[in-house]
Amino acid sequence: MAYSEKVLDHYENPRNVGKMDDDDVNVGTGMVGAPACGDVMRLQIKVDDNGIIEDAKFKTYGCGSAIASSSLLTEWVKGRSLDEATQIKNSDIAEELGLPPVKIHCSVLAEDAIKAAIEDVKQKRKG
Amino acid sequence: MQFPIYLDYSATTPVDPRVAAKMAECLTLEANFGNPASRSHMFGWKAEEAVETARRQVADLINCDPREIVWTSGATEADNLAIKGAAHFYVKKGKHIITSKIEHKAVLDSCRQLEREGFEVTYLDPSAAGIISPEAVAAAIRPDTTLVSLMHVNNEIGVINDIAAIGKVTREHKVIFHVDAAQSTGKLDIDLEEMQVDLMSLTAHKTYGPKGIGALYVRRKPRVRIEPQMHGGGHERGMRSGTLATHQIVGMGEAYRLAKEEMHAENIRLLALRNRLLDGFKDMEEVFVNGDADHRVAGNLNISFNFVEGESLMMALRDLAVSSGSACTSASLEPSYVLRAIGLNDELAHSSLRMTMGRFTTEEEIDYSIVKVREAVGKLRELSPLWDMHKDGIDLSQVKWAAH
Ligand SMILES: Cc1ncc(COP(=O)(O)O)c(C=O)c1O
Repeated sequence: MAYSEKVLDHYENPRNVGKMDDDDVNVGTGMVGAPACGDVMRLQIKVDDNGIIEDAKFKTYGCGSAIASSSLLTEWVKGRSLDEATQIKNSDIAEELGLPPVKIHCSVLAEDAIKAAIEDVKQKRKG
Repeated sequence: MQFPIYLDYSATTPVDPRVAAKMAECLTLEANFGNPASRSHMFGWKAEEAVETARRQVADLINCDPREIVWTSGATEADNLAIKGAAHFYVKKGKHIITSKIEHKAVLDSCRQLEREGFEVTYLDPSAAGIISPEAVAAAIRPDTTLVSLMHVNNEIGVINDIAAIGKVTREHKVIFHVDAAQSTGKLDIDLEEMQVDLMSLTAHKTYGPKGIGALYVRRKPRVRIEPQMHGGGHERGMRSGTLATHQIVGMGEAYRLAKEEMHAENIRLLALRNRLLDGFKDMEEVFVNGDADHRVAGNLNISFNFVEGESLMMALRDLAVSSGSACTSASLEPSYVLRAIGLNDELAHSSLRMTMGRFTTEEEIDYSIVKVREAVGKLRELSPLWDMHKDGIDLSQVKWAAH
């Protein structure tokens, strides 16, 4: 399979790899996918008092396109409000990375991950 | 070293230069270009002679009579001819066929076609090591069974079936025994005087010959009959019509002649290379060899690096030409059916790498590959949430995943 320049770049130099403290009420974690399907993404965001995402981290088990999708997403969400981050669509990710049709599910997974992380931090802050 | 390093000899091998030289002698006007079926002139006679020499060379490698060799376009065609040909010929005796879940698609899909025609097929489960036992075959045979089709060596895990022992069972029950030997020629001794095999599929391109040529061995004593699948000029005693491809056939003959001469020395060298490769990973955590460690051809290593996904691993290994059992490398979204059938869970199947070595693999290439694989696995585990969880002592099989 041929990979786009952008997928290769994120794969070679993944941005924002890491893990944040899940016990922090300002940290939201979205874990999606399943090992059986060949991809698992863990996306974490840290939100400041104004509801702005100040930091994002990821770890991904999956193909190069899955790694690139989650890496790109961490770059995009930083500095955005939670509402703005919810607007990010999988098609934006797929387009930016030039994903072929068989890899669209990787971008869908990334969208699911950020939605889950946002939901998680909203719940925690309510709680 | 030349990059990328070729470690996919089970997919195909390069043509040995000695083979290529022989093939080149069968193409042009000055050379041996005639139609082996032309009986009226020198060109035909010379081509026929070359074809018959090659037939003897192929027969010599598997210790059979040259008259038992039928040329085909490869093992796929040989599998089709053997399975459909025997099933149809012996249909009056019954319509039950036995094979296994880890056969090559050429065998499985031929069986599927017969199912559509009303035949019944039993798909045997291999052991966790990837082996089909003679006992399992015996237990599956019924009065209406006409054919058993099993591979000698599996193309993914390199595991070897005990063909001699299974042949005893099938002969005792008067059932035709077909063996796909695409992956075993030039790697294992095959003696058809000893082994009670009735039909055997061969191909040239896994044994340093050209692609597009193979053969089906069809036993004469006791005589085995098949219905032809290709109709036409009645070549190959009516079993497979079509003008013989002299250059391809000569290439296969020379490749098999070299295999017979060199395989024993080559096996010793390949085994040392594989041990060296495996040794390079032995201090790593969560690394598993897939398939039997001992009943396995020398050049095959199929190994899973847990918590690392196969396609991303191959992406990091762009200097190495290897293959993976991961779903992402194939058109389907299922991981390797062979690895699943020997009981690997999906994670380990997704994490597998097949590295197959051959005649031109060097120690230097193996050492380089070890370094590259270790680097890649290390990097990807750092990126893997599953590796994190494993390190935190979480049992991944107890996690509820949101499957998609
Ligand atoms: C076990 C086995 N059978 C059959 C085949 C098909 O052989 P061919 O490529 O000659 O059609 C292969 C290789 O692809 C194989 O490994």
